[in-house]
Amino acid sequence: MTPALRRWLFFAGLAGLMAFYLWGMKGLPGFGNYPGPYGFIINHIAVGQTNATGVVSAVNFEYRGFDTVGEEFILFIAATGVAIVLRRLRDEQDENPAPDEALDRAASRTSDAVKVGALMFVGPAVLLGWYLGSHAQTSPSGGFQGGVVLASAFVMIYLSGEFLVFRRISPVSLIDAVGAAGAGGFAAVGLTAVVLGMPYLANFLPLGTVPGAVSSSGTIALISFFVGIEVAAAFILIIGELLEQTLIVRQGRH
Amino acid sequence: MAGHAAAIASPYSVPPGLMQALQVVVLVLVAAAATGVVLIRVPVRQTIAVSAYGLLLALMFLAFQAPDVTLSELTVGAVALPILLLLTLAKVRSRQK
Repeated sequence: MTPALRRWLFFAGLAGLMAFYLWGMKGLPGFGNYPGPYGFIINHIAVGQTNATGVVSAVNFEYRGFDTVGEEFILFIAATGVAIVLRRLRDEQDENPAPDEALDRAASRTSDAVKVGALMFVGPAVLLGWYLGSHAQTSPSGGFQGGVVLASAFVMIYLSGEFLVFRRISPVSLIDAVGAAGAGGFAAVGLTAVVLGMPYLANFLPLGTVPGAVSSSGTIALISFFVGIEVAAAFILIIGELLEQTLIVRQGRH
Repeated sequence: MAGHAAAIASPYSVPPGLMQALQVVVLVLVAAAATGVVLIRVPVRQTIAVSAYGLLLALMFLAFQAPDVTLSELTVGAVALPILLLLTLAKVRSRQK
């Protein structure tokens, strides 16, 4: 195929794609116009039904809680997959280890500016992550966001040059267990409702009296908490496995 | 759109025109940042650009009244994805040496 023919083929394809794309765009509702009924219905009834003023969380963990269980396990399985592929077994060794040409050079030191900067953010990140994870029922937040922020606190400890501390405060077996407890906890909340004779994931806890209070919304807050620790554990696990992989090569060079 | 906006009270505490101007500015910035990410060819720099792009996307969601998505985009697009990309790049490099 000559370059000229290839270009023509590209432009013909582009023209077709643009035609369909513009045709499709024409059928969309106008900017800012929401046509469906569900959003309006949810806005109307959610706070009264669940006592959660964080209506997005109420949708995520209550109205479509079953979908969220599936999403939860997507992340869980992704983390498991990374761990299976990357984790180095005790008697496993590189078949052809790359020859190190400069064995005597020192590993580069972490600068004081990076150390102070990273460590300064650990406390605020833990606080913000915990706040986000525990306030899904009150305001825009939730376990997912909180979990990632919590995990980023651990990454900052690593950034400050303390891989050994990173490993000491997040031992793999503990992180595995926390992740499994988080994912299992979500499913267990749903099953508890079934045991009590209600549909799966039905809200069986008292909803509280004040809408938007931290103690309100029953299982929504509980599920957000389980999602939070599962997400935090999954991210720490994935990042930890990748770090270990890159560090193994460097360890021999000290 | 105007009729719909009049039917429900304006959700903004600033004049709607100002809000629309902000939305347009953010959309232009997002488009510019996305183009920048594609045009940068050095992987490490591209990762930093993706992080900045994630930050802009988060701002965009905020300007369009989606604070929950803003938080998700901030954590995943601006933090988690760049970290994973950087670690993968480090891993690939250490193997090439």
